[in-house]
Amino acid sequence: MHRRDFGRLVAGLALSPVLAGQSLAAGWDGLLVQARGQTVYWHAWGGDPKINAFIAWVGEQAQARHGVTLEQVKLAATADAVARVQAEQAAGVATGGAVDLIWINGENFAAMKTAGLLYGPFATALPNWPLVDVTGKPATVTDFTLPTQGFESPWAMAQMVFEYDTEQMKEPPQTLDAIAEWAIANPGRFTYPQPPDYLGVTFLKQVLYATLPDPALLQAPVDDATYAALTVPLWAFLDRLHPALWRGGRAFPASEPALGQLLADGEIVLSFAFNPGRASAEIAAGNLHDTIRTFTLTGGTIGNASFVAIPFNAAHQAGAQVIANLLLDPEVQARAQDPAVLGFQTVLDVAKLPFADKARFDALDLGIATLSPADLGPALLEPHASWATRIAADWTARYGVAK
Amino acid sequence: MIVALLPRLTLCLMAAPVLAGVGGTLFPALAGGGAGFRTLAAWPGLPRAAALSLGTGLASTALALLLCVTILAALHGTPAFDRLRRRLAPLLSVPHAAAALGLAFLIAPSGWIARALSPWATGWTAPPDLLILNDPFGVSLTLGLLAKELPFLLLVALSSINTAQAQRRMTTAATFGYGRVSGFLLTVLPDLYRQLRLPVYAVLAYAMTSVDMAMILGPTLPPTLSQQVVLWRMVPDLTQQTTAAAGAVLQLALVLAALALWRGVERLSRHALRLWATAGHRAAALDAPVRWIANVTASGLALALGLGLGALALWSVAADWRFPALLPATLDLRGWRVALPDVLPATATTLAIALAATLPALGLVLGCLEAETRHGLSATPRAMTLLYLPLLIPQVAFLPGLQTLALAIGAEGTWPAVALVHLTFVLPYVFLSLSQPYRSLDPRLTVTARALGLTENRIFARLRLPLLLAPILTALAIGMAVSIGQYLPTLLIGGGRVTTLTTEAVALSSGGNRRIIGAFALLQTLLPALAFGLALALPRLFWRNRRGVRP
Amino acid sequence: MTLVLDRLTVDLGGRRLVALDVTVAAGEVLTLMAPSGAGKSSALGAIIGTLGPEFTLSGRVLLNGQDVTALPTRLRRIGLLFQDDVLFPHLDVGGNLGFALPARTPDRKARIDDALAQAGLTGFAARDPATLSGGQRARVALMRCLLAEPRALLLDEPFSRLDAGLRDQTRRFVFDRARTLGLPVVLVTHDAQDAQAAGGRVLSPLGAPESPAPPAFAQ
Repeated sequence: MHRRDFGRLVAGLALSPVLAGQSLAAGWDGLLVQARGQTVYWHAWGGDPKINAFIAWVGEQAQARHGVTLEQVKLAATADAVARVQAEQAAGVATGGAVDLIWINGENFAAMKTAGLLYGPFATALPNWPLVDVTGKPATVTDFTLPTQGFESPWAMAQMVFEYDTEQMKEPPQTLDAIAEWAIANPGRFTYPQPPDYLGVTFLKQVLYATLPDPALLQAPVDDATYAALTVPLWAFLDRLHPALWRGGRAFPASEPALGQLLADGEIVLSFAFNPGRASAEIAAGNLHDTIRTFTLTGGTIGNASFVAIPFNAAHQAGAQVIANLLLDPEVQARAQDPAVLGFQTVLDVAKLPFADKARFDALDLGIATLSPADLGPALLEPHASWATRIAADWTARYGVAK
Repeated sequence: MIVALLPRLTLCLMAAPVLAGVGGTLFPALAGGGAGFRTLAAWPGLPRAAALSLGTGLASTALALLLCVTILAALHGTPAFDRLRRRLAPLLSVPHAAAALGLAFLIAPSGWIARALSPWATGWTAPPDLLILNDPFGVSLTLGLLAKELPFLLLVALSSINTAQAQRRMTTAATFGYGRVSGFLLTVLPDLYRQLRLPVYAVLAYAMTSVDMAMILGPTLPPTLSQQVVLWRMVPDLTQQTTAAAGAVLQLALVLAALALWRGVERLSRHALRLWATAGHRAAALDAPVRWIANVTASGLALALGLGLGALALWSVAADWRFPALLPATLDLRGWRVALPDVLPATATTLAIALAATLPALGLVLGCLEAETRHGLSATPRAMTLLYLPLLIPQVAFLPGLQTLALAIGAEGTWPAVALVHLTFVLPYVFLSLSQPYRSLDPRLTVTARALGLTENRIFARLRLPLLLAPILTALAIGMAVSIGQYLPTLLIGGGRVTTLTTEAVALSSGGNRRIIGAFALLQTLLPALAFGLALALPRLFWRNRRGVRP
Repeated sequence: MTLVLDRLTVDLGGRRLVALDVTVAAGEVLTLMAPSGAGKSSALGAIIGTLGPEFTLSGRVLLNGQDVTALPTRLRRIGLLFQDDVLFPHLDVGGNLGFALPARTPDRKARIDDALAQAGLTGFAARDPATLSGGQRARVALMRCLLAEPRALLLDEPFSRLDAGLRDQTRRFVFDRARTLGLPVVLVTHDAQDAQAAGGRVLSPLGAPESPAPPAFAQ
């Protein structure tokens, strides 16, 4: 036990930016040697074929550039991988664990970091780390108010945008209240994924932003003393909205893609996603009608970053770091931002990139339904993870049993 | 000597993992002074989830049995029955997940039925806002389960029914003036049910606890208890793990209670049938309506599943298919192109696991049946119960425990471990499909061979195996179909790293891209169908010059 | 009561299996004898109405002048005894008899007890059929058949499973009961002794007269 802690400390020191220059480069080269020939099991949510295809492409790059094989373990929920590492810890599997890399953020990161289930810090020592826009995109280092401290490395930015069918809805509403009014006037044409699904909870958090007297409260953990009073408007909002939802609020789509499919099927007219480029990408892929457009709310919508983290007992920690670094490569980032591929926002500071790399981003056609970075509006910080846990549990208690 | 020990070895192989797994699940549930049970009791969805488990399980099983009996009573021994059997047999090979997905594509408000009626009959230009899928009472889940369980029960009934004896009894009843239906119920069913009992119990336990079907068709507010147990298990929070364990224990108790209730109703029904028989009511008027119900429901279910699979196939090649168009406006192979890189390795893994589970299962079953023949052993009811144990104990009640065990020995996440667990689910089905043909092999052939001085091993290799080629291949196909369809064992023991067509299809089902779901579900269906096709074709080829053994 | 087989023929794939034109009077026993083959069972199927669709049937079956050819088995009211007694194992002896007794019959228990007494099986009502001897089972099967009030009796080698002593006794019991009730009887057998004991005409399924006891194989 002690020896392992000591080892981790040494590893952390060796990779920390304090020891920059030669030793870092030497450390990274050593890591590359170690990583060659490894197979990295990346546990990533597998519900979206476009993401799966992108990960497969990253795998080809990893193989070609570094001789690292990448295997995506497709999850129905990220929590599954977390539970796996937990189970391994409980079973005493301290090395050679099954999970090498997890696509993670928010509660799952908080849970793993608190439980000491993560390897690191490693992110700030990655050669591509200096390219990350940590000032312009603070969400790259603050995950749900929790400082990442190098225990996870960002690879994509996301922001909530609403999607609507211009054929059915002329003027998109600009506030949540206006959305509620529209939904009540057009019953059955709007819904949100069932909490504790991530996107569903994001919708609740967005409502919290609109209904709390001081949204800054969201950056602190939930205070039991004031929680009940503070959330009264949230539940009142939902109580009013639910009867007008798709299926009268007696069923909810399971996830973001399920919600997207409802929009594609024309079952709903107003939807939302945690990816500003999703609508354009889906239109380009022929899955969504080309009359779909996007909008955000006055005052902004919630945005965050997607990260990768490495479990403490990962069998292929060297290979995993090579993948984390590769994900920050400008070419990879530009590909992820291409709406025809993923349409994810980059975590890099594009303005500071070398000309050739910057050109990759400039050349991107953002797509028919994607808002320009200026029109996207401010990205609101994710609330403290305790809010999500609490409102998801209360949502289940209130609405989890159909009336 | 070794052969004589095989039945015991097989039973251990069946019972040991189940008992170990239940132990491994019970332990965390009881640890911490029952904290898991307290949080379980505090979950507001509990009464409804438990009621859903009981309701959908009992309703689908009762309906499946009722329809199975109805079909047999109305049609057994008629030419219509052979047609029906041919229509239903392929449905047996359809994995649960694919059947559920196909059904979902059919009955959803944006599904094929609504499209066929829109807009000319309904006036719908957009899919109607109707809660058909995932309805809170589990009606669509019940229908989905029914559509899968009915072909299974029919197959079991057909392999257990003694056709000649049944014909004689029905004719005797008819000479007394009884109708077909009453004759069947009063003279054939009582004996037949004795052999159907365990399979029916397995169906009930499965229906109450199915996770993959419930994920696709079942209610969500709240979900069924088993589904919630799996959801809890996936949450990265240790308190939820104990809640999941407590839920699994409750699920086990519910299944046992349902089985007890079923047994009670069984006794009452038996008594009622006996009273009816003794009272001499001919009830010939039942024949016409029952025949109608049998034809309509059986054809309806076969049609629904067939159309559902058709919808899957069409979606996999659909480019632009907006509501309410009955057919896609354009077709392309994009869905398949996107799926292809994942399809090939998943197919290989699926096949490897299916073969690695089914071949040993087949070997063990042949060994057991051979031991029966050579040493005059017979399968006692207790032995049969042990054999069925993996099917009677809910999967969520023992797989989590097994997963912890597999983790501890480092086997978790490897495909051989998955195949080993599949073996426990595959073997009962292989036994079921092979025992009847094996036992009904003409004993005079064996006696003749012995008289010619052949050793038992040679009789087995030269006589029984070739003569039983067709049923053996069928058993192999059934075993492979069962293995290919397994979701929860693959997910848990495979630790998410063993990707089969089924885990892929169910994972995608939450994602909603119909083209790719269609591609995966279709392949998931084609693989066992291929196995069945080979099982039918090979013996015909092999025995093309021997009319007496051609199937 | 009489049973008339009026130019009754059964063909299968162009081959004639049955050709009978005969009247069986009340209490008379007609024996259809053939070594084996499809003819016997086809004749039987034609009379009780269980022939499959692959058979072609012509002619008529008349019971007391009523044409029953087109009726389903259950409406013909022709009793049938198989070589296997077909007692239902899940019902006791009384239950087996009750099964055959028409539902409207008053005082069922007395009727059942009476039938058992006639068969020399007084007090057997609660017995499990599996505990009976072969002869007892055959008698129960016959009594069950008669309780359904048939208009004719068909016997499908009902004695072949019994050993010699019992066989004679059971045979006499069956023929006596049929004669008492005035039922026309058709016996199908391959056994010359059965044919001889029946004492009536002996025909092949194709209508040719057969000798009940071929000289060389009689005893």
